[in-house]
Amino acid sequence: MTKAFFFDNSRCTGCRTCQLACKDYHDLSIDQTYRKVYDMESGACSMDERGVVTHTCKLYHVAIGCNHCEDPACTKVCPTGAMEKDPETGLVSVDGDKCLGCGYCVMACPYGAPTLDKTVGHTIKCDGCKNRVAEGKKPICVEACPLRALDFGEVEEMKARGESHDIDPLPSSSYTKPSLYIRMSPDAKSSQAADSRIANPLEVF
Amino acid sequence: MENRSVMTRRGFTAAMAAVGSAVGIGCLSSVQGGTLKPAKAVAETAEEKVVWSQCNVNCGGRCIFRHHVKDGRIIYTETDNLGNPNEHQARACLRGRTYRHWVNSPDRLLYPMKRVGKRGSGEFERISWDEAIDTIAQQIQKTIDSYGNEAIFIHKGTGKYTAIGTDDTKTGMLPQRLFATLGGYLDYRGSYSIGAMQGYSPFMFGATYNPLDNVGASSVSEAENADLMVLFGYSAADTRMGGANGVWDMVKVRDSGTEIIQIDPRMNEQCSGFGDEWIPIRTGTDGALASAIAHELIVNDAVDLDFLHTYCVGYDEETMPESAKGKNRSYKDYIMGTGYDMVEKTPEWAEVITTIPAAQIRVLADRIAKADRLFVSQGWSVQRHSAGETNMMAICMIPILTGQLGLPGTNTGISMAAQVAQPLVGSIPQPENPVKTSIPVYQWLNAIDHGEDMTTTNAYVLGADKLKTGIKFFWSFAGNGITNQHGDINLVHDILQDESKCEFIVCHDIMMTDSCKYADIILPDAMVAESMGLSTNGYAEYYNGVTLAMPAQEAPGEARLAYDVYAEIADKFGKKEEFTEGLSHDEWIERIYNEGRANNPDMPSFEEMKTVGVYRFDLPSQIGLKDFRDDPIANPLSTPSGKIEIYSEQLAEMAETWDIAEGDAITPIPSFEPGYEGYGSVTEEYPLYCAQFHYKARTHSCYSNVPEIAAVARQQIWINPQDANPREISEGDICAVKSPHGEIRIEAHVTNRVIPGCVFIPQGAWHDADMFGDRVDHGGCYNTLLGYHPTPVAKQTNSNAVIAQVTKA
Repeated sequence: MTKAFFFDNSRCTGCRTCQLACKDYHDLSIDQTYRKVYDMESGACSMDERGVVTHTCKLYHVAIGCNHCEDPACTKVCPTGAMEKDPETGLVSVDGDKCLGCGYCVMACPYGAPTLDKTVGHTIKCDGCKNRVAEGKKPICVEACPLRALDFGEVEEMKARGESHDIDPLPSSSYTKPSLYIRMSPDAKSSQAADSRIANPLEVF
Repeated sequence: MENRSVMTRRGFTAAMAAVGSAVGIGCLSSVQGGTLKPAKAVAETAEEKVVWSQCNVNCGGRCIFRHHVKDGRIIYTETDNLGNPNEHQARACLRGRTYRHWVNSPDRLLYPMKRVGKRGSGEFERISWDEAIDTIAQQIQKTIDSYGNEAIFIHKGTGKYTAIGTDDTKTGMLPQRLFATLGGYLDYRGSYSIGAMQGYSPFMFGATYNPLDNVGASSVSEAENADLMVLFGYSAADTRMGGANGVWDMVKVRDSGTEIIQIDPRMNEQCSGFGDEWIPIRTGTDGALASAIAHELIVNDAVDLDFLHTYCVGYDEETMPESAKGKNRSYKDYIMGTGYDMVEKTPEWAEVITTIPAAQIRVLADRIAKADRLFVSQGWSVQRHSAGETNMMAICMIPILTGQLGLPGTNTGISMAAQVAQPLVGSIPQPENPVKTSIPVYQWLNAIDHGEDMTTTNAYVLGADKLKTGIKFFWSFAGNGITNQHGDINLVHDILQDESKCEFIVCHDIMMTDSCKYADIILPDAMVAESMGLSTNGYAEYYNGVTLAMPAQEAPGEARLAYDVYAEIADKFGKKEEFTEGLSHDEWIERIYNEGRANNPDMPSFEEMKTVGVYRFDLPSQIGLKDFRDDPIANPLSTPSGKIEIYSEQLAEMAETWDIAEGDAITPIPSFEPGYEGYGSVTEEYPLYCAQFHYKARTHSCYSNVPEIAAVARQQIWINPQDANPREISEGDICAVKSPHGEIRIEAHVTNRVIPGCVFIPQGAWHDADMFGDRVDHGGCYNTLLGYHPTPVAKQTNSNAVIAQVTKA
């Protein structure tokens, strides 16, 4: 059965636990990560000439890994078939032995999920913890989240929990049809058409 | 890497069985107070084993680890998976998920060392354990012979909370056990976290009042029964991040439909997704806001006079004590401008101080007045300020004035229940200290510098009118509180240079911290993952639990268990038997566990716990001061009057007789005071207020040296664009931050999430300065900037009172 992720944006406090649990389990180096956490801000907190402060600030976080898209961009551009979507689970992973390290998938993915590991000479990415999933467990990030803001399971179950695929700063879901269902916080909803910006550019890589 | 997570068929079957039983017991865990027995089996492969352990640093949580171990090394860590995933699970935060990087850090102490350069130079030479213990024993004897046991001080250390380490209930601390056996030591009172709260709130709520237990304060979960929750500087999402901690309880509160208001100079992480909850306020001015709210409650007739006259002393003239009658010294006189400073505490008055628009203060007061069930609380940052004591109590006046205390859905305003009165297991017993003299913990530096001058009325010495001697022998265990976590690092350095003052310093720790650089002898300790360990749930987790940790790795180098080291020191004085009572470290754990089990027969046997690791169950929510509210005659408070003392005669007397620093104030009623380097103290040279916050990257200074965390949670000063733009500071720029006390370098984070006019630095970053050169701290440690100015009464930390200038470096 096809799998999908659920992300409860109304619970996420941007704590990075999912990201560091993933790095620990997959033994990634300091500068490698399969997950990103965006701190999103909009509005202003300002002091007027009388010294009085008012604010219009909105704050929310987006924590994502690979979205194991229904229509992945990465598999389409892969010249060797190293990047594959599992026909049963829908999880997208790369076969390091087949990968040439050409980097086409890195350029094609609108989420920045695959990255090129020059030390091993091939692309690396989130594989949805496929070994854990095969054992009946959830991905390490899901089981790590202290606020239970992440979930993973059958696509229909995740769809029932999340109303949206789209949240700033992610690209429109129409491009690759991500297997990601999101419950939006009030701030994420109200920021969609506003001036939300990535507030932690140095921490997302 | 891929191979290690592939299980054998046998392992796979066991794992599925574990999942099955976990689901089964989940039903039980949702029953309040019901018992929860953990899933028994954890999958093992032929190549790796899984070991239960626990995070034992001082965030307040004790999150649970399941270390996967292969070839004697932790290869990765999982967390609590017991019971229902939609209830309390002590899921480790980001820090715990880097545990293997921390335990295997290149900063680990491997061998005993002695200092060969000046204090603070970091020059050490490896020595043997024999030499270290001989030297220490000689120095202890010399100190006792020359100055008496009162010259020995054991600093507070919170990096190893276990039953045989340092315990936050202060009953089972290893160094204290050793030195009590050796004739005693100068004791400390309170803590760096909540020293003012512990030391000052008893004047209002009584000598035996504990602002943190489930008798004196409500649990966070009680706020689910409120319709309005008002928080001052409280963000569990920044301080209590584990999956069984306050942050999880706050999720449930929000789910319950309780409206939340968060008053904070920084839009904290608990506001995530709900920005409308945030009311920005200038640092150190919460007391002014609370006083203006009180004003509105009074003028709009929204105070509960019956409650105030029945349960309290000092609201108005009617309940003033005889000593203060007819002098316009009531709280109401203070608020209405008819007493004390003769200033009416209107919203317009508060607007200037707090920056909050007067109209918004009126709206806030109106919401408070109209709440059926009001839950008011504050984080611990308010009282960590030079004027934090009285400002903290000013916040408590909101539930007191409205009578929203001791009832369902309410709280005492001061903190939240963070401890259960009866933990499942205790800790190693601490013999009575033969020395009866004590000082507030933050006073140790003064006691080194001029201990002989310290008295009850100028330094809050208790147990004696004054100290007989300054501190001559200093012991630090599992703490970085000599420099890094203490106020004014440069001052500490200067005072410790004079080796005739404090003659000998021992640091017993796991990492080469900045504090260790001031040691004469350094001893390397084993970490929790390197031995058996036992601990209850933490004080930020409102459930009852116990974890038995089993060793996952061996301690590196010659690092070894502190217990064995102290036994050897005791042996030099012929006191080994007295110290050990004939038991080894692991035998003590078994004894302490079994003593707990005798009172809680549902706990698994000790042998069973070695496999199952964890036993825990949820607790029903609790209402602070409920017994007092139910029957104030039968259950009086431990104040002199038995009531809530809004006006404290004790404080009034101290205000008359104590010798306090210029600019400090002791007030008998809750009031707004600016304090040293507080509101109004900014200058042309130092035009910004500067405060600290607890940051996800570390717990105090623990985990601060893990580069995996630092890469995604950078050490940055938070500055509003209104302050950054004129200084031409952009995101990522390295800034120089100068205060009257020191200078740091730190990267800029330009953000609207902080109020203009104030800048904010995550506390606990490792100090990194050439102390014999320019002293500029490139580590960005907040305490380089902090002046050492203990609070007026409790004489505790003043952390959030700093003035500074920020420039592009």
